[in-house]
Amino acid sequence: MTGRRKKQLTPLRVILGAILLLGIAVLGFSLLLHGKEIAVLNPQGIIAKQQKDLMLFTLLLSVIVVIPVFTMLGLFAWKYRATNENAAYTPDADGNKWLELLWWGIPILIIGILSVVTWVSTHQLDPQKRMATSGGDSIKVQVVALQWKWLFIYPDYGVASVNELRMPVGVPVNFDITADAPMSAFWIPNLGTQVYAMNGMSAKLSLQADKAGNYRGTNTNINGEGYAGMHFMAVAVPKDSFEQWAARTAKENDADDRHMDWSAYEELAKPSKDNPVAHWHLHDVNLYSKIIQKYMPSSHSSTDTTDESHDHGEER
Amino acid sequence: MLGRLTWDAIPKDPVTLGAAVGIVFGGLAFVIGMTYFKKWKWLWQNWLTSLDPKKIGVMYIAVAVVMLLRGLADAGMLRAQQAIFATSAHSPISPELFQQVFSAHGTIMIFFVAMGVMFGLINLIVPLQIGARDVAFPLLNSISFWLFAVGMVLINLSLVVGEFSAAGWLGYPPLSGLEYSPGTGIDYWIWSLQIAGVGSLLSGVNFLVTIFTMRRKGMSLMKMPVFVWSVVASMLLVVAAFPILTATLAMLSLDRTLGMHFFTSDFGGNPMMYVNLIWAWGHPEVYILILPAFGIFSEIVPVFSRKRLFGYKSMVFALMAISFLSFAVWLHHFFTMGAGANVNAFFGIMTMVIAIPTGVKVFNWIFTMYRGRIRFTTPMVWFIGFAVTFTIGGVTGVLLAVPGIDFQMHNSLFLVAHFHNMIIGGVLFGFFAGIAYWFPKFAGFRLHEGLGKAAAWSWIIGFMVAFLPLYALGFMGAARRLDSYDPSLGWQGLFIVAGIGVLIILLGTLLLVAQVGYSIWKRKELACGPDPWDGRTLEWSTSTPIAEYNFATLDQVTHRDEYWELKQAHKKASTAYSDIHLPKNSGYGVYIAAAAFVFGFAVIWHIWWLALIAIVVLIGLAIASTLRTDTERTISADEVAATEKRLRGAHV
Repeated sequence: MTGRRKKQLTPLRVILGAILLLGIAVLGFSLLLHGKEIAVLNPQGIIAKQQKDLMLFTLLLSVIVVIPVFTMLGLFAWKYRATNENAAYTPDADGNKWLELLWWGIPILIIGILSVVTWVSTHQLDPQKRMATSGGDSIKVQVVALQWKWLFIYPDYGVASVNELRMPVGVPVNFDITADAPMSAFWIPNLGTQVYAMNGMSAKLSLQADKAGNYRGTNTNINGEGYAGMHFMAVAVPKDSFEQWAARTAKENDADDRHMDWSAYEELAKPSKDNPVAHWHLHDVNLYSKIIQKYMPSSHSSTDTTDESHDHGEER
Repeated sequence: MLGRLTWDAIPKDPVTLGAAVGIVFGGLAFVIGMTYFKKWKWLWQNWLTSLDPKKIGVMYIAVAVVMLLRGLADAGMLRAQQAIFATSAHSPISPELFQQVFSAHGTIMIFFVAMGVMFGLINLIVPLQIGARDVAFPLLNSISFWLFAVGMVLINLSLVVGEFSAAGWLGYPPLSGLEYSPGTGIDYWIWSLQIAGVGSLLSGVNFLVTIFTMRRKGMSLMKMPVFVWSVVASMLLVVAAFPILTATLAMLSLDRTLGMHFFTSDFGGNPMMYVNLIWAWGHPEVYILILPAFGIFSEIVPVFSRKRLFGYKSMVFALMAISFLSFAVWLHHFFTMGAGANVNAFFGIMTMVIAIPTGVKVFNWIFTMYRGRIRFTTPMVWFIGFAVTFTIGGVTGVLLAVPGIDFQMHNSLFLVAHFHNMIIGGVLFGFFAGIAYWFPKFAGFRLHEGLGKAAAWSWIIGFMVAFLPLYALGFMGAARRLDSYDPSLGWQGLFIVAGIGVLIILLGTLLLVAQVGYSIWKRKELACGPDPWDGRTLEWSTSTPIAEYNFATLDQVTHRDEYWELKQAHKKASTAYSDIHLPKNSGYGVYIAAAAFVFGFAVIWHIWWLALIAIVVLIGLAIASTLRTDTERTISADEVAATEKRLRGAHV
């Protein structure tokens, strides 16, 4: 307030300080991130790859606006400081038609480009679009979010598992996703796109792993006390070893009398935390539609309606 | 007799119990102190029953500041859990408590901090800026404040009796339905928001009418200060959006108390409808908060650049465009719910379109600085911090607006980082700037600049340290709201850094408190006149302290920056005083809100007889309040002249 002189700030000092801070931040981040899995930026499937590219493109476009903002902010703040008597001063200037046209125009242009990209990419990445290999190959997995574990049903392989999603490499997996729990969300960051899992409704999602590996999957929507422990492992293995695993799991569990039917399901569906991986022989191939039917007002409709009638698409 | 209220309602959790004991003893200490110093009558007459918007504004901000401390304590607990205890089996914070804490943090920060400071500043500034002596409906204003205040009391009461909601700040069903949340937490949440929400709606109506009908002669719409325009935009949203909140919460409470099925998963209910409705309110709510912050910066930047605002018309148009567009973007909060590609793409594009007028505002602020004479006072430091943080948040917002990207980042910590970028960097920095800017006008002394700048820098740096790691954690696949995670994921380091960031923010908060305390202590040295910043708008033309009637004479306005022009032309306000009519104090605000409080409490605990009595009393009081006849008092022209001489004499 009163003539206490501070150490002189010069643009050079400010810029050097900013670079120093930025350097520390970058160094700190790289140390913290070193050797860690940054799943979204390390995509392992075609969907996640497209999403990463989309993100980088959008970021680049935004930077076109951000750079002049930061530059002018710094420059003007410095140059037109009150103590700089030499700088021009126009107290009554209150606008400029051309300048304002410029910064209405450029953002409109950028958002225009981005809108086209958004329209195209949203259709391209629509989770409801089913995928298949060029040979028409795909597998079907039904997913049920429970309090607080994930049930995976392979109706074509006679297998059910908890908290482990085994999938073949290079083959699209067509998911049908529902919940028998408060709204949950199914997300495998390395593979892309998450969708909500909701009672009495079946959501579609198609993902594909391009490389063998273990990819962490998780719930992202709070659904009660055990929410944080509700994760699973997506295990991508070569096609033939997937087929072997499925046949073996079905057979062994059948022999052990571990059958997944309605009564086994009801036992499983009771709230429980931090469940270990478990497998069953799928006894009731209509289990998934029955779980959805639980929430229907009447049960006189046919049972196998999961694919069409209960999708929570645009018609809702 | 007492519904479901039994001794079991007292919390058992040691952390909650500690907080409950703290609240009870804090309350007792306040009551004893007030009684000991015989201050009750003073409090009742000068504050609680006052209809003066200047006093109501101060009360709003006082409540909001207390709630800010609670919200920050909650944030500290969340960060401590995720940085230290999440990887261990023994945490003092159980998963249940953790979920209550983040639900409380979000609810309190939005409804009782951000809304409180916003309505506080609007009460303080709007009548002065439009050159008026009061608001359109003074008693309604008091009722609004008291509904807000008892909503605050009710939600904090859940710490002492009952529990807090554990369903997040927006309480999606089915989780918030009876099946999964049978306790009282959701009901507390519903009823405190209902009561406070009605207050907000009434305030919205009040200030719209005030601005449209009570402007000083000559102040056409396009001569209004931009802060007033931002309040118009924001209050239009309040009036349009809050009824949606009220209806949605009413339906949820019907589901819970009368067994209806609006939002249940079965019997034809549809939880997705709730998600749509709550965001049809929730997205405009974000803009309700940010638009006044934009308005504040549109006042601060010209004053401290000693220059007119750049592109006034653009600024007004941008405000109204944002206000309109904010009603067409709500679906971007749930792209992952399974709407078709056309719907998702539409809402994605509408969201990006908002970036255009917002960007224009940023450019206009920057060009207000161009060829100015910039003084880097505390409000300007907040502005610089805002411009940087808000721009970063804008970029991550555009990323999230693209459905294909949102499919990946939704509900991750990336999202959490983004909205804190907007709400701390945008709303909160704006409000802090506003408080620093207008404080001397009301107090008669400045806030200490050194402490203020230190606080601002602590908040800005603390914000970066606390939230940039969350972006990285989002990329690593960390979902929001996790009370535990596998240590092998390697997230802990980043969570610890984020925790350090919150400590820096807490330091910034301490500095703010210290700044106010120190400035009060040194108020003689920091004393200032009625126009300490060389202001441009009418609020700086009054005396300080401001007379209860604001303006002794209502001279015609001829310019946008009226006071600046008057000073340039060396004109003084006229001294042709006449009688002034002001509203008398009224206790109805307190009484009506008290009845609303009892009603809310009774419904939460299913004490039906009490609820019935409370609602009858409430309606009776509301009717009685309209039947008052002796509502005004007159200040004679002589008194005005004497007051002006006394107040002006000191400084002019």
